[in-house]
Amino acid sequence: MTFKQLFSKLRRIDLEKYGPLFALVILFIISAIASPYFLKTRNLLNILRQVSYTGIIGLGMTFVIIAGGIDLSVGSMTALVGGIMILTLNHFGGGVSAILIVLLVGILLGSAAGALNGIIITKGRVAPFIVTLGTMAVFRSLTLYISNAGEFRSSSNIYPELGMGSLLEIPNPVWIFIILAVLCAIILNSTKFGRYVRAVGSNEKVATYSGIRVGRVRFLTYVFVGVMVAISALLLSSRLNSISSSNAAVNYELDAIAAVIIGGTAMNGGSGTIFGTVIGAIILGIVNNMLNMLGISPYLQGTVKGIVIIGAVLIQKKKNNT
Amino acid sequence: MGSVAKNGSPLLEVQGISKEFSGVRVLDRISFSLSKGEIFGIIGENGAGKSTLIKIISGIYHPTEGSLIFDGKRVTVRDAEVAQKMGINLIPQEFNLIPEMTVSENIFLGKELRKRLFLNQRAMIEKTAVLLNYLRSDISPVARIGSLSVAQKQMVEFAKALASESKLLILDEPTTVLTRKEIDILFEIMRKSKQTGVTMIYISHKLKEVKEICDRVMVLRDGQLISIESSDQFSVHDMATKMVGRELSQVFPPKAKPQEEVLLRVSNLSVPSCLEDISFDLKKGEILGFAGLVGAGRTELAETLIGLRRKSAGTIFLSGKELHVKDPASAFANGLAYLSEDRQGSGILTAFGIAENITLTSLKRYSKVLLHKKKELAKAQEYVRKFDIKAASLKTRLEFFSGGNQQKVSFAKSLDADPQIIVIDEPTRGIDVQAKHELYRFIHLLVESGLSCMLISSEMEEIIGMSNRVVVMKEGRITGVLTGDQINEEEIMFYATGLKGVA
Repeated sequence: MTFKQLFSKLRRIDLEKYGPLFALVILFIISAIASPYFLKTRNLLNILRQVSYTGIIGLGMTFVIIAGGIDLSVGSMTALVGGIMILTLNHFGGGVSAILIVLLVGILLGSAAGALNGIIITKGRVAPFIVTLGTMAVFRSLTLYISNAGEFRSSSNIYPELGMGSLLEIPNPVWIFIILAVLCAIILNSTKFGRYVRAVGSNEKVATYSGIRVGRVRFLTYVFVGVMVAISALLLSSRLNSISSSNAAVNYELDAIAAVIIGGTAMNGGSGTIFGTVIGAIILGIVNNMLNMLGISPYLQGTVKGIVIIGAVLIQKKKNNT
Repeated sequence: MGSVAKNGSPLLEVQGISKEFSGVRVLDRISFSLSKGEIFGIIGENGAGKSTLIKIISGIYHPTEGSLIFDGKRVTVRDAEVAQKMGINLIPQEFNLIPEMTVSENIFLGKELRKRLFLNQRAMIEKTAVLLNYLRSDISPVARIGSLSVAQKQMVEFAKALASESKLLILDEPTTVLTRKEIDILFEIMRKSKQTGVTMIYISHKLKEVKEICDRVMVLRDGQLISIESSDQFSVHDMATKMVGRELSQVFPPKAKPQEEVLLRVSNLSVPSCLEDISFDLKKGEILGFAGLVGAGRTELAETLIGLRRKSAGTIFLSGKELHVKDPASAFANGLAYLSEDRQGSGILTAFGIAENITLTSLKRYSKVLLHKKKELAKAQEYVRKFDIKAASLKTRLEFFSGGNQQKVSFAKSLDADPQIIVIDEPTRGIDVQAKHELYRFIHLLVESGLSCMLISSEMEEIIGMSNRVVVMKEGRITGVLTGDQINEEEIMFYATGLKGVA
């Protein structure tokens, strides 16, 4: 009896903190056994590179979700920001200075798009789900309109180096993902803003009564995810040296939100970690990779992804009930 | 009265129940038995283990060791639903009602009456009406819970317990929000239920009421059973002494003399449909009491001062300068602080630790680019020592704290922003004698150091014992300001009910 209790207690504590990490380790072992090719450095780096685009957005999404919100518009926003980045790049001639301008324009645009979501949600008091569902449609449609449903194509020949290049064998997007993850973890755990984000998501009323400007904190989380979108858009557009108005960054919101949830962040806000989100993103990447290598139809990938997401939430629910 | 306990076979036998939370023993081998039709009081300070004990009996927690014998059978109460099926019902301190649903829908929640496939609304409403009538309450069965007063919600909880035909009814602090008249009705109902054989466990901090209604009283202290005595031989003074474990000194500290300087002047303040033409002065180092019945507008006044409500007219002066408050953040920046009456709803974050809670309002001072966590922890440690907050660690989440300890953290949080004026709203609601005394002492020390305090309280003794002057409110207006000898229970009631003063 007591042994049983002890055991279940142990299991619960570990699950709460290290659940996602455990899942990753188990998945890793299974994958290594299932395919000899999996453990090749090239493959592992490839997985990391693939997850970095949505992983970076997931970092920002972690803040939004912990504060009690959601942002469905990030995929379309990535396409829109990426598209305009390429237009800007071409306009300024595609040199090094043009790339710097592109970065600046992208970040401004991303923050503006995030600010738009944030303003409507906090000032207009509309549910985040509805607002960002709306802007998701708006951003994609603007992208299609500007490009006439075609492709934004860069004429620069140094731009692709940004997204294709690597440092010490590790692709640039992975470096940026790691650096941003560390930065975001510091912001979430060790700054006033991070503390406020958790307080707001934990209990809005208490936060208000504590003199926290709840609306402003919420607003800033959407601006923040906008900035992350811009960085992701930069990496994506520079890798492809183009952005397809209809296909770029489709379903990115799904992957970003999934990474956050699989990483153990509470869907109704209040708690969560950046580390978890990184793990969540990598889990999704490995799942995709395995499905490819085992020759399973790419059309079924969505099914598996969906099951993983729902499964993660179910585990979370169970955890809260015990 | 005390002899009742000896009659009949026991309904519930608690045998050597212990409970541990992550290695900390909060209940230590508690044994007692309850007879049918007995009213059994449990008293003890916050953290003594009362809540844990009743949560074990009602199936919310599982004991670490020991057993329960109910109706002659050894039982394992797996969860609250099993307990209810057995006839054990808990009326919690914090209500379990759904605000969007009606009274009758709430009462029959989960045990709806049906007519074939459909709900039998009419039968449920009729039964509810009968129950409410029995409780001598004029609440409509189809009223929405959200529209009821706190006292009415309490009645609905009681009706809900009656509807499920309880054998054992556990009442956790039922009278905190009730007026004396409502308490009398509650006691009458309890006596009636007792005659029909219902056994009741009654938990309260109000010792006079415990003595009045209970047959026997059990005292818990730090998870230990101290004594069980028949209440007619157990004086209120002895109860308090046994609870605390030592003789109690005088309840209220001596009143400090306020300075002449007026710190806060409110003139002709109005808020549509809740405050009208409120004017008063608050001196430096003064405790200004705010008395009145529930709904007199005292909390609304506090909320207006800290910018949670928009005033439609009037001015607020702080140290002679007009103060514009647009939200709590700006109010706190100007030296105001508010200790909310709703501790868990708006005072503290139960998912956060002590340090994170204490610095929530004053976080700016701990933050350059990054948070200075060492400084935060050191400050929290200081408060823990100063206020004698009992906690396993500074990072323990507040949900595991007793009410008194939570309140101390909430208090520390308000103070950490270094306010000039602190508005304290029902500071001792639902906390034990010891913590109460401590809080009174802290408030006294604060005003002595020059802080001004607005004390909103429904506990008459507290208002009378602490305040330099008393503002009495009724229906959103000030009906009188009492000083000196005028500060007594009678006088305050005259103004609060509108028999005296301009209403």
